[in-house]
Amino acid sequence: MRYLPKSPADRQAMLKAVGIGSVDDLFAPIPAEYRLSRDLHIPRQMAESEIVDYFRQRSRENGEGYTSFLGAGVYSHYRPVIIDSLISRGEFLTAYTPYQAEISQGTLQSIFEFQTMICELTGMEVANASMYDGSTAAAEAVMMAVRLTGRRSVLVARSLHPEYREVLATYATHQGMPLSVAGFVENGRLNLAELEKSITPQTACVLIQSPNFFGTIEDVAAVAGIAHKNGAMLVVSIAEAVSLGIVEPPREADVIAMEAQSFGVPQGFGGPHCGVIATREKYVRQMPGRLAGQTVDKQGRRGFVLTLATREQHIRREKATSNICTNQALVALMVNIFMTVYGKVGLKELAKQNLAKAAYAAGQLAKHGKLLFSGAPRFNEFVLQTSEDPQEINRRLLRHKIIGGLPLKKFYPELGNAALWCCTELTTRAAIDEAVKLVGKTGASEVKEEKPKAGAEVAVEVVR
Amino acid sequence: MKPVIRKASLHVNQNEGLIFEKSSEGKAAWKLPPLDVPEVDPSSLLGSAERKSLGNMPEVSEIEIIRHFTRLSTWNYAIDLGMYPLGSCTMKYNPRVNEAVARVEGIANGHPYQPEEISQGALQILKTLSECLIEITGMDSITLQPAAGAHGEMTGLLMVRAYHHAQGRPRKKVLIPDSAHGTNPATAAMVDYAVENLKSDSRGMVDIGALEAQMSEDVAALMLTNPNTLGIFEQQIHKIADILHAKGGLLYMDGANMNALVGKVRPGDFGVDVMHLNLHKTFSTPHGGGGPGSGPVAIKKKLEPFLPKPVLTAKADGTLGFNYDRPQSVGRVRAFYGNFGMFVRALAYIQANGPDGLRQTTEDAVLNANYIRKGLEGAYDLPYSTPTMHEVVFSDKLQAKKGVRTMDIAKRLIDYGFHPYTTAFPLIVPGALMIEPTESESKEEMDLFIEAMKSIAEEVEENPQTVLDAPHSTRVSRLDETAAARKPVLRWKPAS
Repeated sequence: MRYLPKSPADRQAMLKAVGIGSVDDLFAPIPAEYRLSRDLHIPRQMAESEIVDYFRQRSRENGEGYTSFLGAGVYSHYRPVIIDSLISRGEFLTAYTPYQAEISQGTLQSIFEFQTMICELTGMEVANASMYDGSTAAAEAVMMAVRLTGRRSVLVARSLHPEYREVLATYATHQGMPLSVAGFVENGRLNLAELEKSITPQTACVLIQSPNFFGTIEDVAAVAGIAHKNGAMLVVSIAEAVSLGIVEPPREADVIAMEAQSFGVPQGFGGPHCGVIATREKYVRQMPGRLAGQTVDKQGRRGFVLTLATREQHIRREKATSNICTNQALVALMVNIFMTVYGKVGLKELAKQNLAKAAYAAGQLAKHGKLLFSGAPRFNEFVLQTSEDPQEINRRLLRHKIIGGLPLKKFYPELGNAALWCCTELTTRAAIDEAVKLVGKTGASEVKEEKPKAGAEVAVEVVR
Repeated sequence: MKPVIRKASLHVNQNEGLIFEKSSEGKAAWKLPPLDVPEVDPSSLLGSAERKSLGNMPEVSEIEIIRHFTRLSTWNYAIDLGMYPLGSCTMKYNPRVNEAVARVEGIANGHPYQPEEISQGALQILKTLSECLIEITGMDSITLQPAAGAHGEMTGLLMVRAYHHAQGRPRKKVLIPDSAHGTNPATAAMVDYAVENLKSDSRGMVDIGALEAQMSEDVAALMLTNPNTLGIFEQQIHKIADILHAKGGLLYMDGANMNALVGKVRPGDFGVDVMHLNLHKTFSTPHGGGGPGSGPVAIKKKLEPFLPKPVLTAKADGTLGFNYDRPQSVGRVRAFYGNFGMFVRALAYIQANGPDGLRQTTEDAVLNANYIRKGLEGAYDLPYSTPTMHEVVFSDKLQAKKGVRTMDIAKRLIDYGFHPYTTAFPLIVPGALMIEPTESESKEEMDLFIEAMKSIAEEVEENPQTVLDAPHSTRVSRLDETAAARKPVLRWKPAS
């Protein structure tokens, strides 16, 4: 086995040193009836070339070469080449959590820089080293608000990512946290009148997303006003991080729960991505997750350590702020490098291009449908309502290797034939124009074409 | 005595400030293509929502970024540099083919909402990995959704709760051995279970008498790590399972130490009802400085209705898809389907090994730990003489007489060119030195490790101050953690 660095002679010498005759003796403490006396029924040992072939085949069966108008929490942005060059360095890739600070300064300083840039972009005072993803970050941010306010109920915007709402519901089930939902109005923003009516002295926090699931930018100040007037906190989820280049951050929020995938992280069929929580300094001791802090060594030199660990599970056990241990460190490093590459000016220009592409696409697609929520500003996503079922439209587009907007019926049946479209800096005008043309062709006028062939069949099967 | 440090020597490394200290206006590492659609005026589109300034975000060039992060990287220790014997962390080799296949276009860039008909490649990967992990664990079904081990624990306990609820008898508490990882009690609390400590016996295993006494119909589950954090296989495992099952409780296994078992014994065969795996430990996906992980949860059939949704399913036409119609599901534990990129890597690892390779891997991991145990016996106190599996736990009892504690020995080990072992854990061993070499270490590397540890033990006798002041060879000496926590500086700020 090519990963194992021992010769048969080495093993013999070691067995001898241990004082046993065979390696089986080492497994003697395991009751014999539980020891496996057969091979595992899994694929046979494969050569590296076979493994590469296997995954190339799977890749071909997985949307390779399609143009996509999907966003909805996962965005296709350009990833600068140096991200992978740098994160592939073994010193980052194969290091553990930086508990031994003297030989982990590289990871620690990079986390410190990550925290700083997240603060700069979100307008918050402190940020943690990462959470699993945007959905769990939102759930943990809510739990943080519950601890801080001593109140238990939570008001959630219906325009928060539907899967984030599901995750929050799962986390809330056994925390005794009643959830209620506030709807949206004509322009796609949170229904403030409903919020005013539903908020109670038991409301720990209001959770909204901005830009929200429809791409609409919320009036954060107005929402914050109502929340704070009622003694509740405001938690804002940000799923499209690139928006921060041109959209004013939700500075009035008490906690921001972010998904930073847009910053240089592959879409990866949904993960690994990079959640982050940012908040005010005064709330830091209730924040979950790891934190890097600056300090000095014995000679007074600047250095960094993981700090405020008394919030964490390995110290506080059942009294910890969260059970999180492993986070998304290497993905946070991707995000960090991306933020460094684009920086102060590039992020703004990048966001402006997203804004322009989406505005153009929305304008063009409006010829064949109705743009919903046009009464409020939006970033790079928009909702198009059509007379034809978007599933039908998408089937037509797919034949031309285009993935259309996300049909919303599953999540928002009240919107009818609506789909959520997304454009980024990578969406070309040509692709938009072609999609617009195809959306306009109703099913009847479309000449039926042959379906693309399915990829070659699976070469390796599991023997059972 | 002058210590002989054979593995490491000093070399020059570069100083590097914070990226913000290198920033100046007008430098850039980015270039966008010309816009092919009409320009827009952000202020007319966004109104008051337009952002005017990006504050202190850096402005630097590409070569500066390359040097910045490359310099930082050289300040890290890594598996790629040498043995990383952190107990319970399983710091094994992270194969590079895993990284290569995870970056193949259609795998890296798939969108979670792309139509199922063009997602068959990704779904096939989910299916094949699921089948492999089910076979390896001896369980009946699995969810890949949890993002890390602790997240898997939460998912597992949510299913335990749902199961008892469906039985019409919700229970109140979870038993957790005193040797358990901190995530176990923290997780139980998140799922609103009271935690009850279960003590270990003199051999370092679950005290069967105590378990019998504490087991009641209020106990939902026992969270057991097996082998436990002392590296000891719970030899009475069948009895433990029987005691739980007799009163309707479930046996949860923390799979953190699965590297001791793969291909040799299957938890499903010894009575485990629900368990999580750590793909970043046992299945070689990189730790990456603390993540991303992946924590699949494997279960017995009786828990199947409660799996997080969606679940992978084969459709009538033979293609794969997701089933969301799961009325008894505990719900979602995260958006989308899990840390898919880690599934790709774990599957590539399983393929590279096959059944014979996985078994040999486990045997080597256990042989390595026993070789180190033998090599260090006498030099360090071994609090439990029970046979060791994949890791061994010593204590600093002998060295403490000279005022040297486990953390000091760990720091001195750095000077010898090794990453420290896990210190001061498990909590039942005062001053623990928890050593897990994994299968990835050669005999030569381990001989150097044993030599280093023995040399440190001698230093403690002859010149303890050298050990107390360690490390001596690193960029920074021991850092003031108390000051860091007392007055936290958690971000850079421009000098005002």
